[in-house]
Amino acid sequence: MTKPVLEINNLQTHFFTDRGEIPAVDDVSFSINAGEVLGIVGESGCGKSVTSLSVMGLVPNPPGKIVGGEILFRRQEGRDKAEDLVKVSRKRLRAIRGDQIAMIFQEPMTSLDPLFTIGHQIIEAVRNHRKVTKKQARAKAVEMLKLVGIPRAEEIVDEYPHQLSGGMRQRVMIAIAMSCDPEVLIADEPTTALDVTIQAQILELMKDLNRKKGTAIMMITHDLGVVAEICDRVVVMYAGKIVEEGDVRTILKSPKHPYTQGLIRSLPKMSNRDSRLYSIPGNVPKPGSIKQGCRFAARCPEVFDRCTQENPELLNLGEGHGCRCFLYEKEGKIVNV
Amino acid sequence: MSKPLLQVKGLKKYFDINGGILSRKVGEVKAVDDVSFDVYEGEVLGIVGESGCGKSTTGKTLLRLIDPTEGQVIFDGEDITTLDEEGMRKRRRDMQIIFQDPYASLNPRHKVEKILSEPLLIHGIGTKEERKKKVKEILEIVGLPGDHASRYPHQFSGGQRQRIGIARALIVNPKLIVCDEPVSALDVSIQSQILNLMEDLQEEFGLTYVFIAHDLSVVKHISDRVGVMYLGRMVELADNEDLYADPLHPYTRSLLSSVPNPDPDVKHERIILEGDVPSPSNPPSGCAFHTRCPECMAICKEVRPEFREVKDNHFVACHLYNDDETR
Repeated sequence: MTKPVLEINNLQTHFFTDRGEIPAVDDVSFSINAGEVLGIVGESGCGKSVTSLSVMGLVPNPPGKIVGGEILFRRQEGRDKAEDLVKVSRKRLRAIRGDQIAMIFQEPMTSLDPLFTIGHQIIEAVRNHRKVTKKQARAKAVEMLKLVGIPRAEEIVDEYPHQLSGGMRQRVMIAIAMSCDPEVLIADEPTTALDVTIQAQILELMKDLNRKKGTAIMMITHDLGVVAEICDRVVVMYAGKIVEEGDVRTILKSPKHPYTQGLIRSLPKMSNRDSRLYSIPGNVPKPGSIKQGCRFAARCPEVFDRCTQENPELLNLGEGHGCRCFLYEKEGKIVNV
Repeated sequence: MSKPLLQVKGLKKYFDINGGILSRKVGEVKAVDDVSFDVYEGEVLGIVGESGCGKSTTGKTLLRLIDPTEGQVIFDGEDITTLDEEGMRKRRRDMQIIFQDPYASLNPRHKVEKILSEPLLIHGIGTKEERKKKVKEILEIVGLPGDHASRYPHQFSGGQRQRIGIARALIVNPKLIVCDEPVSALDVSIQSQILNLMEDLQEEFGLTYVFIAHDLSVVKHISDRVGVMYLGRMVELADNEDLYADPLHPYTRSLLSSVPNPDPDVKHERIILEGDVPSPSNPPSGCAFHTRCPECMAICKEVRPEFREVKDNHFVACHLYNDDETR
């Protein structure tokens, strides 16, 4: 088996605030294989965005800091040699970021610079990483705009972000991110700000790029519908920890962790209209508020004494299915030892 | 069926666009353009549509938080568009609204007690002591401890704040509540709590909801009838089951097919629309949807289709179903 393109081991990203040290990402490990679409799912404050920012080296410091773990990135050529993105120099990280690992964000208007033309912003990204003339870079910009399905690419290249609609801006963001043929594309809620008919267009585009270019995608989302649509594998996070991971079918059809089960059951269904929705009691915990025991214990319907005292380990239930819950201790092996 | 509690007839809201040095009127945005529907007592009418389709503006004009440009809103037999300010304020005791953003719709400087007793004060209900008691009661009804009345909004989570927003609407014992995207700012696990609460309250107090949302599965879950809006117009309105099982308008069809389904076993044909929603300041001629419609005909570009009943209780504005007229 080939080694994964991105491998995150025991990542710990903490924030140092007035309220003390807050472990936003607490001992998270997962990997992404080349050409794979991995979904990271969770509710607000679960640490999914901080995980992605950690990979990009974009965690605001202070107050945030990666205090432990490693992020191993392996390039296509020479895949055996891994670089640890936590340890590399800032200069090296700048060279990788935007070139081999690129990122798109939720709100396309705030991530494009309103003062520069679309073309300028793509050209800047290309010329930062490639030795090309302005003319070549411009040609590349037009080519990328066409690739992401923007009509009148030759004209749009000279227009400003405010002249485009939300869906078009997100296409431009994808064009910028894809302009250097990255091996990994990190997408942080890329369709959350968009309408459903536009979301369908953007998801189709991302699937297409994944198939054509073999770009691995790390898809951060709270929408399980989007996950079913595009992801091969899923990691479910809760309060800074991975609670379950596995292939998309297993997670959506036969989830094991009580949190994942509750999350899926609480969705209103399009197919049949249940009289009453299931709901997980209580509130989404603030990051760092739970120090001892299973993070989900306070809201879990299956809770027993041990849950509030000990931290459950991520158990291996076979075929890449992992679950952090004492209920499955008999059937699973501990993964993280 | 029961009698309509609210009748909306030919509702229009045009916003002026001012420009130039003298900021003269240079155009108008047709946010709501000739919308008519009825809301029956005790039902939940869902209104769905994408951003900019005018669903929120419609909701706000129902309470005259925005004054309509044209048309009638008849609530309980009375045309409220003709009421003066004082009369309208009195009427709002029966019509309340819940807003989308539970962070922006509660005054951060006021304690919950003040936020919740303000509507009572405005409508002159009860003495100081009675109001205090009522606030405590209503908090418990929406699932918060009564002693939380002495807290400030920032001490609550998003879901709890939305409960306070619901309590504020409910405290004057209204007949109709307009819910403007009440769950779209909430996490999935909290969303279902709030939806359940709203359903319970509806049953307990015999409320009528106009439920505005962009999430089709949420609307499907809670509504009895559903209206679909596009570019300021109502394009389809039908019973919940009927609309989702047999959508007639091409826009409704593509909208329903665009929703990602969390069940990996459900495979469906996806109708992906081309292009973007046109600007409401310059809507296309004829049928507003003709620029993106996969089944566009010559007549669609010229004549605006009438909103008419083509099946029992199933209204649609589309030339495809106007056979007898075109022939």
